[in-house]
Amino acid sequence: MSDSVIGQPITRIDGRMKVTGRAKYGVDYYFDGLVYGVGVASTIANGRIRAIDRAEAEKMPGVLAILHHGNFEHLYHPANQFEDQSRPGESRPPFEDDRIYYYGQFVALVIGETFEQAQAAASHVHVDYDAKPPQVRLEKAAQPTGKPAAEQARGDAESAFQQAPVKLDVTYVTPIETHNPMEMHATIAVWDKGQQKFTLYESSQGIVNHRNVASQVLGVPMESVEVISRFIGSGFGCKLFPWPHSWLAAAGARHTGRPVKVSVPRTLMFTTVGHRPTIEQHVCLGATQDGKLLATINEVRQETSLVDAYLEDCVDPTSMLYSSPNVKGTQREIQMNVGTPTPMRGPGRTPALFALESAMDELAVKLNLDPLEIRLRNYAEKDEGADKPWSSKHLREAYQIGAERFGWKQRNPKVGSMRKGDEILGWGMGTMTWPGHRQNAEVRVRLLADGTARASCATQDIGTGTYTVFAEVVSDRTGIPVDKIDVVLGDTALPPGPTSGGSFTTATVIPAIYQATDKAVEAVLKAAVKHEAFSGADPKSLKMTQGRVHQQDKLPSSGVAFQEILQSQKLVGLDGQAKTGPTDEMKKYSIHSFGAHFCEVAWDPEILRLRVSRWLSVVDGGRMINAKTARNQILGAIVMGIGMGMFEETVYDTRTGHPINNNFADYLVAVNADVPELDCIFLDYPDPVINEYGARGIGEIGLTGCASALTMATYHATGVRIRELPIRIEKLMAGLEKTA
Amino acid sequence: MQAFHYEKASDVSGAVNSASVAGVKFVAGGTTLIDLMKLNVEQPTGLLDINHLPLDQIEKTTDGGLKIGAMVRNSDLAHNADVQQQYAVLSQALLSGASPQLRNMATTGGNLLQRTRCYYFRDTNYACNKRQPGSGCAAIDGFNRIHAILGTSEHCIATHPSDMCVAMTALEAVIHIQGSRGERTVPINEFYFVPGNTPQRENVLASGELITYVTLPPLAKGTSSDYLKRRDRASYEFALASAAVVALVQGGRIERIRVAFGGVGTKPWRSLEAEHVLEKHEPSEKNFRAAAEAALRGARPLHNNAFKVELAKRTLIRALKIATSNA
Repeated sequence: MSDSVIGQPITRIDGRMKVTGRAKYGVDYYFDGLVYGVGVASTIANGRIRAIDRAEAEKMPGVLAILHHGNFEHLYHPANQFEDQSRPGESRPPFEDDRIYYYGQFVALVIGETFEQAQAAASHVHVDYDAKPPQVRLEKAAQPTGKPAAEQARGDAESAFQQAPVKLDVTYVTPIETHNPMEMHATIAVWDKGQQKFTLYESSQGIVNHRNVASQVLGVPMESVEVISRFIGSGFGCKLFPWPHSWLAAAGARHTGRPVKVSVPRTLMFTTVGHRPTIEQHVCLGATQDGKLLATINEVRQETSLVDAYLEDCVDPTSMLYSSPNVKGTQREIQMNVGTPTPMRGPGRTPALFALESAMDELAVKLNLDPLEIRLRNYAEKDEGADKPWSSKHLREAYQIGAERFGWKQRNPKVGSMRKGDEILGWGMGTMTWPGHRQNAEVRVRLLADGTARASCATQDIGTGTYTVFAEVVSDRTGIPVDKIDVVLGDTALPPGPTSGGSFTTATVIPAIYQATDKAVEAVLKAAVKHEAFSGADPKSLKMTQGRVHQQDKLPSSGVAFQEILQSQKLVGLDGQAKTGPTDEMKKYSIHSFGAHFCEVAWDPEILRLRVSRWLSVVDGGRMINAKTARNQILGAIVMGIGMGMFEETVYDTRTGHPINNNFADYLVAVNADVPELDCIFLDYPDPVINEYGARGIGEIGLTGCASALTMATYHATGVRIRELPIRIEKLMAGLEKTA
Repeated sequence: MQAFHYEKASDVSGAVNSASVAGVKFVAGGTTLIDLMKLNVEQPTGLLDINHLPLDQIEKTTDGGLKIGAMVRNSDLAHNADVQQQYAVLSQALLSGASPQLRNMATTGGNLLQRTRCYYFRDTNYACNKRQPGSGCAAIDGFNRIHAILGTSEHCIATHPSDMCVAMTALEAVIHIQGSRGERTVPINEFYFVPGNTPQRENVLASGELITYVTLPPLAKGTSSDYLKRRDRASYEFALASAAVVALVQGGRIERIRVAFGGVGTKPWRSLEAEHVLEKHEPSEKNFRAAAEAALRGARPLHNNAFKVELAKRTLIRALKIATSNA
């Protein structure tokens, strides 16, 4: 159907609500009797609580309760995989004992009549600690032993590397980064004593998972927890899994019998709701003189917390991104005194590609090859790691279109050779990749007698445009305009849907919306034969287009609007419901998106100033469902990539284990002035395997490969190779001194 | 944040009298004070709101200079036509600081009294001689990338974070102060103290004294200037190093020059050393380099901020180039 909305640049259907303040976020709800919980957080990173003195705080006005490990109700550890989705952010329930594992761990909760009273009292709760020195760095000495957390192997990589005519042996480090979504974490917990039921108002990327974990931690049946998260001010991964503050709010509500709001302040957004772990990758590439890989080795050390073994797989991309006969990847974890890490946009692949793509560039420099050429010489025609064909891969075309549009041919490979006015230009490029996945989803669609439709599912819109995807699919299948489709998400009372993560939400919900809509249409067609216009007709001879039921061989204008059918039979509406999941066909293929970044930096050597001046990304991400929100995802990811490359690093005071740049002034992300005009092109080839439209999802891919493209451009401009992110003035200065 | 009393001041003398009470602080834009109150770094018992005092005008003085009310917002000052034409360096400095939202709130007087962004000053769990005299300095052995290299002591290495004050230092601004016993004026370069062993004393203001105006002396015809700020990102970040230069070049010679640094000093840092090297000499790359070397000769870099020495030099050299070529 040529007038389909699929792929069109559709404005978010919830956009107006958001910009006019009518969209309710987690903390926007109010209930009679609402009280406020303010956390007291540890000021040591390792040790024990010796004593908590709450006498002074308890006497302060408005204080209802001060909860801590000495007086807190018993909470439970969540069991792994007891439901389809059940994963906590941090598995240790808060206030379990007197132990401190990281700085900024909740040690007490003050509940007060007003936020101000609770906050004032919280600063008068005095905690005495037995402190031990914290470990907040990936120390060289800390060599983990035992079975690796992740492994990849084919051929004999060690011998192949030893015998390779050309060898590269380098180490790359990515620092701890903090997600920092605009909207901070918060929970409003309402406890209905009569019904014995919790309602949790959250900012959650996964309400079903949150509900499932809550049922375990709080020790109540699943139907006794409802989680609501209608709108989310982004999450970047830190809202995928529930964190301790949610259990504090719930337990506080059960304790006081009042609705309790606990909002996580920005400083604790750096400690108790996850972060991207610091990762060190020791990469060895062996190659022929022509630049063909003979051996690819990546030994990875990553940080995790003392309470959870969080894995961020960097060795899987080592195995699949390039063709190489011999591959070895091992990844081990080192426990540190930090909160549990959690996926941050593009987990695993983003740090992995910083290392692998940088190494490919260093190899190209070594061999005097163009960085694009070395990638083409090692192009993977199939997934050699999984030994499967790609479902769809057009990376070669992405490289070619990008190179052409960017003018890559004009690149003079000599360091510092390209100029614009007083500045030196550096050009970089790189590959991006992200897997395509599908999870289970259940969707209900109702076609209503007032001419509208309603689609509902217990997934949520993290801000990427999921509401609009639902409306588009229903519109595509019915011809009902997008603005007449009501989409209801963000409540676990609805049929269960996927977490908003892994870039799989769109790919996952499409089949369920598609099939549910078709079932609703089918119900309308069945009802239509009772209408005078189609009396006696076989429903199979009818169809619905442009919102009208008509004979298949006739124009929509000859038919009857669907609402007239419903009205004529005194029906409020007719439903379709579908439950879909990954298919067997998908298992036969390696399903991945790919793409290429091309960027330019401008370097002013006299004042040591490096700025990004141009960016182009070409994305092979399957079919785009919404050109507008898709572009928004890629451009946003590039902005984040500029931040990752140039600025982002959570800095810990090594004496206390405290992240000292724990605010928006000191933790630097890219601001508008750092971002040049960005461009992105979508190849838009539908994936033949993943779902009805061939959409794979594009939330994360844009960030992968950004940082290495930037360090490549930086090297081209300055001659300094940055192997430890972020690129900083002092690192460039030190590198220049070395090369001089 | 702790509970406090709040009162609005209606006139300057009343404000000065009310604020002489211990624990009471003036609040203007609030962009520093409210922030620090939320962190419990500042715990005033009372706030005296001076936002309604009639100190929000920018006027030309009879000698051809400019009189800036203490309540003039940073945005208004930056976009004032006289400032842009005669004191471009001040407009540049203001616009390089903070964000438009903050500049709309922040005032001239408040900016002069801006507190340091030292992580350890802003967190009450650390020792800080500025916050709690005698408790020690957690920054000296801590993460001190953003800290000062000039004017430091073993008791404090915190930078003065303002951009505006750096330009005003190069412009030799005069600060007008109203106290309960009358008015006095202090040149900006004598307004701030280096920390020494009393880092809690940052400036000459006595309890209850209020900044009412800042005057800028007139500049000789043909004077030109530049403010250059270096930092990690392009906006919304305090300076790692910045330089303000106000220069009069005549007949191929620098007749008069004023140089000040930001981001590297414990106060807005006037460099008489650099001025001495440059004045009466030709504006050349060699002289600029010599001036930069002289300016940073006394630098005392620490573990994480050694790069600031070279960065400050290069920043000054570029600002000198721009300012002297504008002439």
